[in-house]
Amino acid sequence: MKILVMVKQVPDTATRIRINSDGTGIATDGIKWIINPYDEFALEEALRLREKFGGEVVAVALGPSRVEEAIRQSLAMGADRAVHIKTEAELDASLVAEALGAVAREEGFDLILTGKQAVDDDAAQVGARLAVVLGVPQVTVVLKLEVDAESRRVRAERELEGASEMVEAPLPAVLTAQRGLNEPRYPTLPNIMKAKRKPVTVKTLEELGVGTVLQARVMALTLPSERPAGRILEGEPEETVRELVRLLHEEAKVL
Amino acid sequence: MADGILVVLEQAGGKVRRVAYEMLSLAQSLAPGKVSALTFGPDAEATRDGLGRYGADQTVFFGGDAFARYSSDGFGLAVAHAIDQVDPTAVFFPATAWGKDLAPRVAALIQAGLATDCTEVLPASDGRYEAVRPVYAGKALARVAIDTPRQLFSIRPNIHKPVETERAATPLAVDPQVDPAEFQAVVTEVRQSQGGQLELTEAEIIVSGGRGIKAPDNYRILDDLAAVLGAATGSSRPLADEGWVPHSYHIGQTGKVVSPTIYFAIGISGAIQHLAGISGSKYIVAINNDKDAPIFKAANYGIVGDLFKVVPALTREIQALKANE
Ligand SMILES: Cc1cc2nc3c(=O)[nH]c(=O)nc-3n(C[C@H](O)[C@H](O)[C@H](O)COP(=O)(O)OP(=O)(O)OC[C@H]3O[C@@H](n4cnc5c(N)ncnc54)[C@H](O)[C@@H]3O)c2cc1C
Ligand SMILES: Nc1ncnc2c1ncn2[C@@H]1O[C@H](COP(=O)(O)O)[C@@H](O)[C@H]1O
Repeated sequence: MKILVMVKQVPDTATRIRINSDGTGIATDGIKWIINPYDEFALEEALRLREKFGGEVVAVALGPSRVEEAIRQSLAMGADRAVHIKTEAELDASLVAEALGAVAREEGFDLILTGKQAVDDDAAQVGARLAVVLGVPQVTVVLKLEVDAESRRVRAERELEGASEMVEAPLPAVLTAQRGLNEPRYPTLPNIMKAKRKPVTVKTLEELGVGTVLQARVMALTLPSERPAGRILEGEPEETVRELVRLLHEEAKVL
Repeated sequence: MADGILVVLEQAGGKVRRVAYEMLSLAQSLAPGKVSALTFGPDAEATRDGLGRYGADQTVFFGGDAFARYSSDGFGLAVAHAIDQVDPTAVFFPATAWGKDLAPRVAALIQAGLATDCTEVLPASDGRYEAVRPVYAGKALARVAIDTPRQLFSIRPNIHKPVETERAATPLAVDPQVDPAEFQAVVTEVRQSQGGQLELTEAEIIVSGGRGIKAPDNYRILDDLAAVLGAATGSSRPLADEGWVPHSYHIGQTGKVVSPTIYFAIGISGAIQHLAGISGSKYIVAINNDKDAPIFKAANYGIVGDLFKVVPALTREIQALKANE
């Protein structure tokens, strides 16, 4: 089974966001970069499927040179090799899906796994768009996955509001991973060493025939307004509770 | 000439989620042209009165058993065909599990730009729209332009007010032009989670617990408070990771992003990843025994105290308030 995993590098979730000088993006100096947390679930699931069925896991990442670190980490977790679509350009979900799709077509695949969303743009678009680019079905926000290699079908549980649903689809397909799917492994020292020798193919957007005309663009990025300083009550529980309920009832008028 | 807004929505048993009315009202406040509503399934027709009441000028129903079971690829094609025939300038989807699955599929099919999980849609020049959407889980806000002829938006629930307008929506016949036999990814079963828990992303009030509750059984204290408030229940990530509560409780940058009127953060320290998920709350109320806990910096109201004493007292006080009303 050949599985592609789409890995995005994003700012560490503990990052305090600052706006850059042109007001359309974040200031990236001093940021610690990590693999998008949902992509780790995607990669872990791919590795488990390879352990079960054999085959190959290829990590694909689009972004500037710094993305090499996320690629090395994916290889250290256990991906066999990687493709780096190297670009400094700011792309939108449609172009990212086209570029990843072009690599997927060249590679061929039985299954593609992505994260349910990237925790920087919070778009939750690339997985479904990639499925359309490749003309295959999708199952998004997957909590549990069963793959039947013989009938070439998947059965996945996806999260809904206060419920979940079972979805069945034929392979090849694109699945997007949600927290709960598995517990991602940590790279071991020997695997970190081995990862240094695993092959990484570098591609450019030109080679893949992908342009840079955006469908959607960020015109301005701003920080949310600060909350006014709160009323913090100290003292005996009975008194503070009475005062809190009075404030919620009379001042905020929400109780 | 493209004109108006098409609102694509889910229904089950003739009922729609509240976000459907929120989207229709928003569309009606924006669109110079007609607001159309599109929904699916055997009970689709039963939603017509409600859709009209909240702003639909016309309705498209892809009814019957063919659309009884959701399929992302099948519904995606049907919506793409509907857009072609209704010819709106903008299309709204709910930013629910259903709409988040469907909207990017449709966007790719018709090669249109999509802004997901928008908290605002604003008129721009030439009858077009812009949107505001939280990014980095609400640590920043992006104003987004969509440059394709058709503009797609998914709308975050619980932000816009449904407004009654008393329209009588007229049915519009549209051919979905798809063969359900060819649907590939198909829903075979829906499982309700136990307890009929209120959905966090749609809740007016949320009672949420953190590691300060010390043991899973103690969540009961929060359940009692939630019961008198009619609130949904949530948690910080560690509680979900430990299995003290279901994963669906997890709020924050890597969990649910919520926008209730009141968010009670109880025994939650206020880590940046947690705060990101609750920044859309109108009021944050913190209960924590450490007066230096970062949650107090984010809170509108707070009590410094032991949650095991404060929360039961709060439950009694609110019970008394409700009894007097
Ligand atoms: C990649 C990544 C993603 C993450 N995503 C999320 C996320 O989405 N959501 C999230 O919540 N976290 C997330 N985290 C974890 C986050 O960093 C914090 O570790 C977590 O939010 C802390 O949870 P807590 O507040 O329940 O626990 P703690 O930080 O341990 O806080 C417990 C609080 O309870 C108080 N307390 C103790 N006893 C009492 C008492 N008797 N009465 C009153 N108060 C009491 C303490 O003073 C303390 O403030 C993420 C972390 C990483 C690395
Ligand atoms: N630049 C990228 N490189 C590789 N994968 C990506 C990239 N952008 C998005 N993805 C994949 O698509 C998923 C959803 O991203 P998004 O639509 O941006 O929320 C991510 O979790 C990744 O798996």
